[in-house]
Amino acid sequence: MLSRVADSCFWLSRYIERAETNARILDVNMQLILDFEDQAPHLVQRHWQPVLATLEDQELYNELYTEVTPDAVLEFVTFEKKNPHAIVTSIANARENARTVREQISSEMWEQLNRTHLYLRDGRGRADFTDSPIDFYRRLVDQLHAFQGTTDATMLHGDGWDFLQLGKYLERADSTSRVLDIKYHILLPSGEKVGGNADITQWMAVLRSCSGMEAYLKTFVGQVTGWQVAEFLTLHDEFPRSIRFCVDQLDGALHRISDCDRGHFSNEAERLCGSLRSTLDYTTIGAVFQSGLHQFLDQTQLSLIQIADAITQTYCQWKDE
Amino acid sequence: MNGLLKDYEVGDFFDEMFSAPGKVRPHYELLAQRLGEMADGELERKCLLAEKSYLSQGITFTVYSGDEGTERIFPFDLIPRIIPAKEWAHVERGLVQRLTALNLFLHDIYHDQRILKEKIIPEEIVFSAKHFRPELIGFDVPKNIYIHICGTDLIRDREGVYSVLEDNGRCPSGVSYVLENRQAMKRVFPKLFNKYPVRPVDRYAQDLLAALRHVAPHDNPDPTVVVLSPGVFNSAYFEHSFLARSMGIEIVTGNDLLVKDARVFMKTTRGLKQVDVIYRRIDDDFIDPTVFRKDSVLGVPGIIEAYRKGNVNLANAVGTGVADDKVTYYYVPRMIKFYLGEEPILPNIETYLTSDESDQKYVLENLENLVVKAANESGGYGMLIGPHATKAEIEKFRAAILEDPRGYVAQPVINLSRSPSFCDGHAEGRHIDLRPYIISGEKTSIIPGGLTRVALRKGSLVVNSSQGGGSKDTWVLDDDDQTSDDEGQSQSQSRIENRESKISPC
Repeated sequence: MLSRVADSCFWLSRYIERAETNARILDVNMQLILDFEDQAPHLVQRHWQPVLATLEDQELYNELYTEVTPDAVLEFVTFEKKNPHAIVTSIANARENARTVREQISSEMWEQLNRTHLYLRDGRGRADFTDSPIDFYRRLVDQLHAFQGTTDATMLHGDGWDFLQLGKYLERADSTSRVLDIKYHILLPSGEKVGGNADITQWMAVLRSCSGMEAYLKTFVGQVTGWQVAEFLTLHDEFPRSIRFCVDQLDGALHRISDCDRGHFSNEAERLCGSLRSTLDYTTIGAVFQSGLHQFLDQTQLSLIQIADAITQTYCQWKDE
Repeated sequence: MNGLLKDYEVGDFFDEMFSAPGKVRPHYELLAQRLGEMADGELERKCLLAEKSYLSQGITFTVYSGDEGTERIFPFDLIPRIIPAKEWAHVERGLVQRLTALNLFLHDIYHDQRILKEKIIPEEIVFSAKHFRPELIGFDVPKNIYIHICGTDLIRDREGVYSVLEDNGRCPSGVSYVLENRQAMKRVFPKLFNKYPVRPVDRYAQDLLAALRHVAPHDNPDPTVVVLSPGVFNSAYFEHSFLARSMGIEIVTGNDLLVKDARVFMKTTRGLKQVDVIYRRIDDDFIDPTVFRKDSVLGVPGIIEAYRKGNVNLANAVGTGVADDKVTYYYVPRMIKFYLGEEPILPNIETYLTSDESDQKYVLENLENLVVKAANESGGYGMLIGPHATKAEIEKFRAAILEDPRGYVAQPVINLSRSPSFCDGHAEGRHIDLRPYIISGEKTSIIPGGLTRVALRKGSLVVNSSQGGGSKDTWVLDDDDQTSDDEGQSQSQSRIENRESKISPC
């Protein structure tokens, strides 16, 4: 397929995934805060700060707003057109990429995505948001899931589809690592202990942000612990949002595109991805915590960035001759 | 008449639906009846439904203003235009004849120039045409086809005679609307399609692909064909991608292609892949910065070299613009006689050449009554409609004509035929034209009907979308008897009424 088209498929998919992650993070955080007994502004604020930190948009936020309030963060991450990572921007970018590859993707995919874009643009999304932000985010996530389903069911599972998979799983692995990292940024209220009520509530929120609560409960019996949540989200081999699962899918898609056998590599992207995959396959959560979860996640994010660059260089860029 | 058509004013024009006030032409009777039965607000609702479907499918063009583009749909009028089979057969014969002559003309002027030597057309007319490409003289295009896709604009005058207004032989656009309009009509008026034997239009993409494959270099039996578009910011991008999708081929932009050893390749994830035929939607001027406009960033450097070496074919051919020059247009009837020995089936509009002394005198004396057109513009730009123009506009054109007499032609104001169109809750007469799309491949094929453009502004004669025009679905009937013969009609009606009772109302 055309290199430009491969690039657009890759990015189309990343933007969709990014919008979905943001919608879920906001949804979960709102619910988490509603559970607080004490709704004092400084406590509430302390729970929105990490969201900004995770999305790495703190600087722009500070330019646009004077203080961290729930409304401002929701607005900034959802509707703020100046924010390149806002949900509306991500969907608009996904759609713009889709528009340039309409002959590659199915009409059903295009229409599904276009409907979501129009929903956010023509005031209906805003109206739903005003009525109930939580319902709004759910609706949005539903629409994006419908896009994934439509993609699976209507598009040829060839190179174009594989480039969509690359974008999706790369972004998803990155998102999961960031969501997990939120916990690093949240301070426990004074007097609370690790393993105490507040700590567990926070870990459950992390799971929910990855749609992983139910799957987690099927895997681990009994009390939710930080240790197990971290293991589940990084190393589980069947949960579709765990980092290991995503990297494995990424590796599979890369090898389908190149026709190279798995376990071998034919380009830099495959080499980097294979190396990350084997780390995730053979490490243990004990080892991860020993070297520090935050450091481990940071390193993973760095590897993902390198893989993305290598994909672009291998498939999407042509030096002028 | 009742309902939507109540108080419909036929006016002093040829009306497509009415032969006289209150008197419906036979092939429109069923439609008029259906419109008459419609409840208040029904057509309005259908309109909204159609608009919504266009919007959700992204069948839009982008208007840029301020920091973000606004997407608009091309206005669509739900009242179709109907053309009886016999009438269409006549139009079709006329178009085939015209395209045959135009292709022969292009071959001639890029080779022996017989038509110039025999002084049928003054040679300075051709040599001074802006889109004449002397670089291509002596070059043989595959299968001698120059205009693979032509959009010829037809109008009907007060007597209902079909005449040719202009030929668009470079990159005619709009065909995607023909196909999408039909889809929209089927959604909102399913029952009407049971009543009329409407000829389908959906073979267009397959015919186009067959024609493009037919002209592959070196008779390659399995050529790689692509659509070359200026890119996503072009207002016709939707159409480019629509056509690529309908043909199942790649759409590329200039940056996706490169030329190596006089061959054209596209840059793919698996390396370079040679391209054989390019359906290009970029004008000659922009296609190769090494040959034509140096500042073009849309084109592919070296592509003309590959073309001249016969390693790639372009559709339409380079240099076809000389045939749709509005001064050349004047000579098309003579071309038809010269090359084919036939009388033109479809007449031209009476045209005055301002480069001709006596014509120029007449034109300058009558500017307020004439339409003046720049010879090389399209899309309704560079045009003066005398009766609607201000003094200042008229003087501007007078000066322009004197400055560049070869650059303009003038025509009498033609009162284009009108068709009932849905405006503010009822039907009003609006002027229309017709652009059929003619594909020249192994044979010449014409999409049944084409794009009926309608000037939605009251009284306006300009149908271009850039000037407030919209479009209608165009129905060419397969068999006139079913709708025009009284007995046949009532039979088919009762047959349909039976069927209707079984399906839910539309």
